[in-house]
Amino acid sequence: MIYGLFNGMGTYALLMLRVFRKPERWSEFRKNVWREIDHLGLDSVGIVAIISLFVGAVVTIQTALNLEDPLIPDYYIALATRESIILEFSPTMISLILAGKVGSNIASTIGTMRVTEQIDALDVMGINSASYLILPKIAAAIFFNPILIIISIFLGLVGGVFAGDLTGMISMADFEYGLKLGFIPFYIAYALIKTVIFAFLISSISAFFGYTVKGGAIDVGTASTAAVVNSSVAIIVANYFLTDILLS
Amino acid sequence: MIQIEGLEKSFGENYVLKGIDAVFEKGKTNLIIGRSGSGKTVFLKSVLGLYQSDHGEILFSGKKISEMDKKQRNKLRQEIGMVFQGGALFDSSTVLENVMFPLNIFSDMSAAEKKERAEFCLERVDLKTAHDRFPAQISGGMQKRVAIARAISMNPKYLFCDEPNSGLDPETSIVIDSLIREITHEFGITTVVNTHDMNSVLEIGDKVLFLKDGVKAWEGSKDDILNSDNQDIVDYVFRSSLFKKVKDALRKGV
Repeated sequence: MIYGLFNGMGTYALLMLRVFRKPERWSEFRKNVWREIDHLGLDSVGIVAIISLFVGAVVTIQTALNLEDPLIPDYYIALATRESIILEFSPTMISLILAGKVGSNIASTIGTMRVTEQIDALDVMGINSASYLILPKIAAAIFFNPILIIISIFLGLVGGVFAGDLTGMISMADFEYGLKLGFIPFYIAYALIKTVIFAFLISSISAFFGYTVKGGAIDVGTASTAAVVNSSVAIIVANYFLTDILLS
Repeated sequence: MIQIEGLEKSFGENYVLKGIDAVFEKGKTNLIIGRSGSGKTVFLKSVLGLYQSDHGEILFSGKKISEMDKKQRNKLRQEIGMVFQGGALFDSSTVLENVMFPLNIFSDMSAAEKKERAEFCLERVDLKTAHDRFPAQISGGMQKRVAIARAISMNPKYLFCDEPNSGLDPETSIVIDSLIREITHEFGITTVVNTHDMNSVLEIGDKVLFLKDGVKAWEGSKDDILNSDNQDIVDYVFRSSLFKKVKDALRKGV
C-alpha cells in the first residue's frame, strides 16, 4: 500500500512535469481553455447556486436555533452564518461538490480518450498529449472556481437573509448589521486562496486518474470513482494545512 | 523507407518481440500479419515510438531514431500519419475539425487554406457530405475514412494503419483497402498495415511480414505466399474453407 502510494505520487509528479510545458500553439490553448471554462465552470453555476442558497438558509436557521438566548443579540446569527459560509462552506464544501461533478467529468473524459486511442493519436502526431489535454482544464478550474466561490458566498448569504426573514428568526436589518460586524476582509482572500489550491488539486488529480487508465469501460468507471475519492481526500487534508498556515 | 534492425520488446518476463528485422519500402503497402498475440500491435507501436523498445534500431529514411534530438523527432512525427483500429477520432470535434486538427496545430496555413486542404482530403476518401457531423453520428466505415483523411492531411511520408478493416463489412473493407493502396501509390507513401484480413493480404500486400511468437517467420509479396515453402504462412493465410478452395483452385490454375 505504501509502495503504491509513493509510486502513484511519483507518477503524478512526472505527469505534472509534462503538463506544465509551453503549449504547441497558444491560439489552440486559449480556445481549449474557453471550452473548458464552459464545460467545467459555467455548467456548474446552477448546482452551486442551488446548493449555496439552501445551505445558507439552513446554516442561518440552525445557528438561530442554537443561539436562543435573550442575552445574545440576533445579529450574531448573521455573523456566525457569514463566517461559516466564507471560511468553510463555500471554499471547502463547494470544492468537494465540484470534485464530484467536475472531477468525475475530467477523469471519464480523459479516460475514454485513453481507451479509445485518442491520446495515442495525439502522441503519434507529435503533440504533448498531457499538456494539450490537462493544462487547459487546470487553467480553467483555477480561473473559474474562484468565481464560483464568490457566487456561492453571495447566494449563501442571500439564502440566510431570506430564511431568517421568512421564519421570523432574524430581521433583514439585524442580518445586514451582523454581516458587517467585525468583518475581516482577509477572510475573503483566505477563501479564494484555498479555492485556487483546491481547483488545482481537483483538476490535476482527476486528470491523472483519467490519463493513466488502462483497459476498457469498467476501468474508466473505476478511475472516475478513484478521481473523486482521491481529490476529495486531498482537499480535506490540504484544508487542514492551509487553515493552519493562513489563519494561525 | 523504414528499416528495422533487431527490434526487441518485453513487458516484464514476457518477451513479445524477439529481434525483428524488416525493411518497408517507399510507395508500397507493407502488411504485418500473424495470429493474435504474435506481437503485431506491439511491433507497430514500438516502431511509432508509443512503446520504448528494449533493443534494436529503427531508421526512417536512413536516420536512426535513437540519434535524433527532440526537435528532429517532433518533425518526424509530423511526417507520420496513423489510422487506429477504432479510428481514434476526437468525439467532441466534427468530421471537418478532426481532419483540420493536425493542420491547426502544425501548419502555418491560413484558415481558408486549412479548410480547403481538409476538404480535399475528405473528398479524396469519398466523404463529401459529412463535414459537420460528429464521429458518433457516422458509420464505422465512414469513421475509418475520416481517420485516413486526417492521417494524410499533413502530406505524410509514412502511413501506419492498425487493423483498418476491423468491424467493417466485406464491401467497406474492400473500399478501405483500395483507398490505402491508391493513396500509398499516388503520394509515394511508405505504408505499414497491421491486419487480420486475408482479403487485404491477397489484395494489397506489396510486401507481407508474417510474425509468429514475436519473431519474423516469413516475408515476401502476396504473390509469393501460395508457393511458399513455409507451411505456417500458407496455413495461416488459407485457413478458412473458402480460402482453402481458392488455394486449390489457384494451384490447379483454374
